[in-house]
Amino acid sequence: MPEPDGLNLIGTPFRRVDGVAKVTGRTMFADDLTFPRMVHMKLVRSSVPHANIVSIDSTAAEAHPGVIHIVRGESMPDPFGILPVSQDEHAIAIDKVRFVGDPVLGVVALSEDAAEAATRLVKVEYEALDTIASVDEALDGTRDEIHDYGDEGNVHKKVSLRFGDVESGFEKADLVLEDTLFYEGNTHLPMEQHAAVAVPEGDGKVTLWSSTQTPHYVHRALTRVLKIPASHIRVIACPNGGGFGGKSDPFNHEIAVTRAALDLGRPVKICLTREEVFYCHRGRHPVTMRIKTGFAKDGAMISQHLQTALDGGSFGSYGVASTYYTGALQTVTYQLPNYHWDGMRAFTNKPPCGPKRGHGTPQPRFALEVQLDKAAHELGLDPADIRLNHLANADSITANWLRIGTIGLRQCIEKVVEGSGWRERYGKLPEGRGLGIACSSYLCGAGLPIYWNHMPHSGVQLKLDRSGGVAVFCGQTEIGQGSDSVLAACVAEVLGIDLQDIRLCVADTDLTPVDLGSYSSRVTLMMGNAAIQAAERAKSLISKAVSKRLEVPVGRLVFAEQRVFDATDPEKGMAFAEAVQAAESEFGTLGTTGSYTAPRSPGRYRGAGVGPSPAYSYSAAVVEVEVDPVTGITRVPKIWVAHDVGRCINPVLVMGQVEGGVYMGLGEAIMEESAFRRLPKKLSNALVHKFPSILEYKSPTFNDMCDVETYIVEDPDPNGPFGAKEVGQGPLLPIMPAVCNAIFDAVGVRIDQIPVQPHMIVQALEEKRRGGAGRYGPKRFPVVPWDEPLQVPTPMEGGDGKAVNAEQVGVHGGTMKETPKGTKS
Amino acid sequence: MTPEIITATYKVNGEERTIAHPGHHTLLEVLREPLSLTGTKHGCELGECGACTVLIDGEPQLACLALAREFEGCDIETVEALETGEGLHPLQATFADLGAAQCGYCTPGILMVSKALLEENPKPGRAEIKEALSGNLCRCTGYIKIVEAVEWAAGMARGDDDAGPADAVFYGQRDGGTDHA
Repeated sequence: MPEPDGLNLIGTPFRRVDGVAKVTGRTMFADDLTFPRMVHMKLVRSSVPHANIVSIDSTAAEAHPGVIHIVRGESMPDPFGILPVSQDEHAIAIDKVRFVGDPVLGVVALSEDAAEAATRLVKVEYEALDTIASVDEALDGTRDEIHDYGDEGNVHKKVSLRFGDVESGFEKADLVLEDTLFYEGNTHLPMEQHAAVAVPEGDGKVTLWSSTQTPHYVHRALTRVLKIPASHIRVIACPNGGGFGGKSDPFNHEIAVTRAALDLGRPVKICLTREEVFYCHRGRHPVTMRIKTGFAKDGAMISQHLQTALDGGSFGSYGVASTYYTGALQTVTYQLPNYHWDGMRAFTNKPPCGPKRGHGTPQPRFALEVQLDKAAHELGLDPADIRLNHLANADSITANWLRIGTIGLRQCIEKVVEGSGWRERYGKLPEGRGLGIACSSYLCGAGLPIYWNHMPHSGVQLKLDRSGGVAVFCGQTEIGQGSDSVLAACVAEVLGIDLQDIRLCVADTDLTPVDLGSYSSRVTLMMGNAAIQAAERAKSLISKAVSKRLEVPVGRLVFAEQRVFDATDPEKGMAFAEAVQAAESEFGTLGTTGSYTAPRSPGRYRGAGVGPSPAYSYSAAVVEVEVDPVTGITRVPKIWVAHDVGRCINPVLVMGQVEGGVYMGLGEAIMEESAFRRLPKKLSNALVHKFPSILEYKSPTFNDMCDVETYIVEDPDPNGPFGAKEVGQGPLLPIMPAVCNAIFDAVGVRIDQIPVQPHMIVQALEEKRRGGAGRYGPKRFPVVPWDEPLQVPTPMEGGDGKAVNAEQVGVHGGTMKETPKGTKS
Repeated sequence: MTPEIITATYKVNGEERTIAHPGHHTLLEVLREPLSLTGTKHGCELGECGACTVLIDGEPQLACLALAREFEGCDIETVEALETGEGLHPLQATFADLGAAQCGYCTPGILMVSKALLEENPKPGRAEIKEALSGNLCRCTGYIKIVEAVEWAAGMARGDDDAGPADAVFYGQRDGGTDHA
């Protein structure tokens, strides 16, 4: 294999550093941990969707053999939440429940069996409140409010941003398309059920081991709710058995189990059942979208007005950020000079939605890419060309003030077009078979941290000693994506040592410097840069000592093959361990640090904080479908996908991320949905999760998965470590629209809704036969009273990144900062 | 109600162990708790995900649906048995090398099913591999690297040096040419 520019390890496939542990059963996930005197906790969960708690009778539970403690909401009155603007959750509900599954009481017992049995003996009396089941019901101002904060009634958030002169854009356009689409919610379904173990240390300190993607934010939530100094709480994230965004919030069970451990002075574990994992949720928001775009004859987008209405579920979670993400990244793939976006998020009595792989962007991406396909047909253009001819420019600033670096999208489209035989096959396959194309882009880390601060987003420390081994400390969390391997590889590459000589200590708030967490595809870029900086600093110290020893100038020293040697005379050198000893003799005990902070974004308007990233990855996909026009069943035999990753740290792990993303996108496209239903009136009439089990929540099996042909595009980005960009989220994004576009090629009907189900195709075909449009999808968009948009002149208009009417519309400050209006339970 | 405690002898990974446990406990609970064999995972405890699969007398069995006491006298095999003094089992080596274990949580169950498959069918086709594993869910890999790892391990076990993965498995397609016949 060709070696990329002077790199030894980077770019070459290697066995992931945690690979052997994972194939031998050695990896210790949170539920694998046990401690002396450990007891077990279970949560009693609400059986009604929205109610005041009148009384809780735990007498029988307390008398149950083995039960030793009850944890009540009153012991943790302070609310928490991942975003500073929505601190609206309680570890255990105090006077109100907001969805079926909201915890109302904790029961601790000597065995898990006893705790579980006792939860069934708890009697809770509720006083029912109106159930809010949809965005429309949330907008109807006559119903009981789920929270006492938010923009109005059950509307959590409304936002409206306008860049450029959108209306004149529509007037100038040769074609204006207006579509309404719906993207159903779905969930992460990580194979590992969330678990947490809290271990008090007897001196007021406590350690929590948990399956979390964000130990730093869990640490902050524990401090806030338990009122213990942060320095007395240690959070260790165990390797996660899959996350996909579902373990990115601080969770009520993590706080409640720590409370219980402190109360009892002994270790307490909680492991959620699969049903409870469905209640934790934080999955994809169901989003209804209206998208109006003005096109020139050649397919260029002149203006776009996008409206998004998100069904947020019962709590804030990441929702404000999710809402902004439904608008933020529409501008980074194709040129779009004028753009108006209105977004809103509703509170409903369902499990809270949050960040799932792609966070807020798959829904509007679906809308954009489906509409582009329609525009291509209207204008007589090839759907691949309408994209290729209007790509956003590298090193440019978009209408909404995002700074784009490298763009490998052209190569991505060319690869999948060539690979799929698009030019020969598109529009020419027999009836029932079709091809569809779509593209996407994703962040390589959010440009801003979740809470306002000027500290680094990621930190790495190295400890080198005379053994020649290097210990690497970093707060990053391995969730299966391979971040441990990226961390070790960056250090090994710089120091020229073997991966085996590296010992990792990660995701431990006491022992490792902060890394903000495994979310927003931020780890490779941010941690990678921090690791390179720490390793370069170590290399510099070692170089000085070796230079003195060997009498070779520092600039001529090479670190490779576990040696440090003279580039002009490779025989002249020493083993890496010897080099470290020389440095330790010269400078004393060796340790270095590295850190990374994202560059400042040019946007200065309120809302500009969501969307900026140090770099953007790009993907393109062609999907082939076979549609049975009688049954409406869609089969996907093959997908061609290309992803611009900047540079592969480890190609085989990049392949795994691409393939896994395609798989998850396929699931979202044709089967996965988090749907709800009301129980019959004679029962409780409660709004319940339709499918809180793996059996009913359909996800693709080995037999459902299609063939995937993957192309990796490497166009190194100057902001990435060795040029690397993200790969964890981007490749999922083009799949859903490409499936719908392929269905149109196959049978000539438009399905403007995800997941595509057989009845939708049958109905659309029926409509078409009757002379109708041949479309299935939402007919209307909710009536949302948006305020006057914040008007931001674009870079092309000579703007400075600020809004011009912030005073008039009563919006102040930059980014997403705002003061919470406070919340009572 | 106090659960009935039974004493039972289990032969796990060739070792006999006599333990006391609640009589209603599943094989999954007994393996993970009193026997400390935490390599076997749980994803649903309802027989839906396949994560807890172990081998009983060589046949795959969902440990979460198996009453432990029914399996006294059987040969029970878990992921911990795969690695021997000689090193990793071929399946373990190929899964590690191809990243067929990402988060690694479904991996033990998938390895055990794959082992049973290869013992019955040393040269399975792709369709046979997929069929054998269709009861095991994985959310990370899209299953592709898993199928490739099983094929590679089968080749290794047969001593077939040509059965190694194609370049594209590690690097993706380098050029566009595909046969659309």
